[in-house]
Amino acid sequence: MDLRVEGLRHAYDALPVLEGIDLDIPSGRILCLVGPSGCGKSTLLRIIGGLERPTEGKVLQVGAPPEGCLNPLTYVFQDFALLPWRTVAGNIRLGLEEHRLPPGRADEIVADVLARTNLSDFADALPKQLSGGMKQRVAIARALAVNPAVMLLDEPLSALDAQTRELLMEDLISLWTRQPFTAVYVTHNLAEAVRLGHSIAVLSRRPGRIREIVTLDKPLAERIHMDADLEAVQEHLWTMMREEARAADAELLNG
Amino acid sequence: MADQQARPVPFRGGGFRPVSIRGVGLAVFVTLLLLAEWGTRTGWISALTLPRPSDVVATFGELWTSGMLFKHLAPSLTRLAVGASLGVAVGVSTGILIGLFSYIRSGLVPLVAALFPIPKIALLPLFVIWFGIDEGSKYALIAFGTFTPTVVATYGAVDNVDRTLIRMGQSFGMGWFSIVRKIVLPGAMPGILSGLRISLAIAIILLVAAEMLGAEYGIGAYILEAGSLYDLERLFAGVVVLSLLGVVVSTVIGQIEKRLLGWRV
Ligand SMILES: Nc1ncnc2c1ncn2[C@@H]1O[C@H](COP(=O)(O)OP(=O)(O)OP(=O)(O)O)[C@@H](O)[C@H]1O
Ligand SMILES: [Mg+2]
Repeated sequence: MDLRVEGLRHAYDALPVLEGIDLDIPSGRILCLVGPSGCGKSTLLRIIGGLERPTEGKVLQVGAPPEGCLNPLTYVFQDFALLPWRTVAGNIRLGLEEHRLPPGRADEIVADVLARTNLSDFADALPKQLSGGMKQRVAIARALAVNPAVMLLDEPLSALDAQTRELLMEDLISLWTRQPFTAVYVTHNLAEAVRLGHSIAVLSRRPGRIREIVTLDKPLAERIHMDADLEAVQEHLWTMMREEARAADAELLNG
Repeated sequence: MADQQARPVPFRGGGFRPVSIRGVGLAVFVTLLLLAEWGTRTGWISALTLPRPSDVVATFGELWTSGMLFKHLAPSLTRLAVGASLGVAVGVSTGILIGLFSYIRSGLVPLVAALFPIPKIALLPLFVIWFGIDEGSKYALIAFGTFTPTVVATYGAVDNVDRTLIRMGQSFGMGWFSIVRKIVLPGAMPGILSGLRISLAIAIILLVAAEMLGAEYGIGAYILEAGSLYDLERLFAGVVVLSLLGVVVSTVIGQIEKRLLGWRV
């Protein structure tokens, strides 16, 4: 299943946030969204996932979601959004409870995603016992459990420290390599974007428009930390974003 | 530098973090009781000011052995249980509705604010006319008294449920009832339970008021009768029963919190 965003415009009251957004999100690939703070990345992601109505334009699902997909558009949130009163396994089961699965199937799925995210030993732990990186792993496992057609990730690694971020990035890459998933990945961090994105859409400052879409052909598994090619792309992205970011920063100061 | 004077950095942290120390509470109780006992025995405190604690204990023992304690306790506990569960059940449901629906919120919040400060005891004659002089009016008084604080605590608790958790539920395609049952209710539980502490204390206070009217048996009736006869020993024996009741209720809620809220950081 592909996603297509057509002629999207969004405003909060008089404040235009997104303007003329057209995007294609082909299946099996990761699209990164980068842009200065407040340019409407989270808003765009909420609209894509059907959590918010756009002022104008539409988001289309092209083709049917794959077999066995329980929740086509599934989020991973920046602040994890785990239910603190449920164990790791209970949190992962949450999305499955809405569907009438054959008996035992839910347990199988939970065991499978726990194994894929290396969380099997933590099935009965409560979120308060986990570190930030572990919590985000649980949230990723919960998203994988419903077998989404498209994963929508809103700065999933921003709340984590640099080392944990690197580890989780490697986890995401190996998850994708074993079983490619479609994803829209919002981030502030250009290094993350060039590591994970098959294409990178750069948004301008508010109202967000698409300035450029950079495609990267290098396979994810071959992109290593501090890769020279990737550094060049990152440099290019940064020159593009620098003035936007500076202007966005000044705008906030002026109210 | 080497010959300059070296001093340890003065400590400025610490404090502002009281912890409960075992036995101190009991020690305060015992000290006060011993003081009262000593005062009444030496005549430093006159018999009209305060009954002698040992006499109160004796009266309490009498109450126990004669079986009158349970004769008084049984109807009181029934009134408390029926009235409080009614008030709490309606209060929690109303609070959740206020927390979730704009129209109900706009309609009921001012009403609750208007009802809250009314001393419910003042409405006792009205309750007697509405619900009869028997148990009905007593249940109603206690229920009404627990209802308002429960509502306020509940909708405050629902307001405080993390909205990102609700968005998360929606993003997994959860239905409205599932979200309320699996996210809103457990998320509001800490606030609801701490509201319950206050509501149930109020229920015990109102129990005495409810038994002012036409109750033959009941802790409240017992206290009021002792008071009108100026029988301080019996009055205090009754008061002790109410205090114990309060301690028991608070302990029970503490246990529930321990079981239900173990997930809190
Ligand atoms: N519910 C809302 N009501 C009104 N304004 C909003 C709302 N949500 C976001 N905004 C505004 O819309 C603009 C874009 O917000 P959004 O959160 O989408 O930006 P972002 O690119 O995700 O920013 P960040 O990089 O800080 O996460 C911001 O100026 C924000 O203040
Ligand atoms: Mg954002």
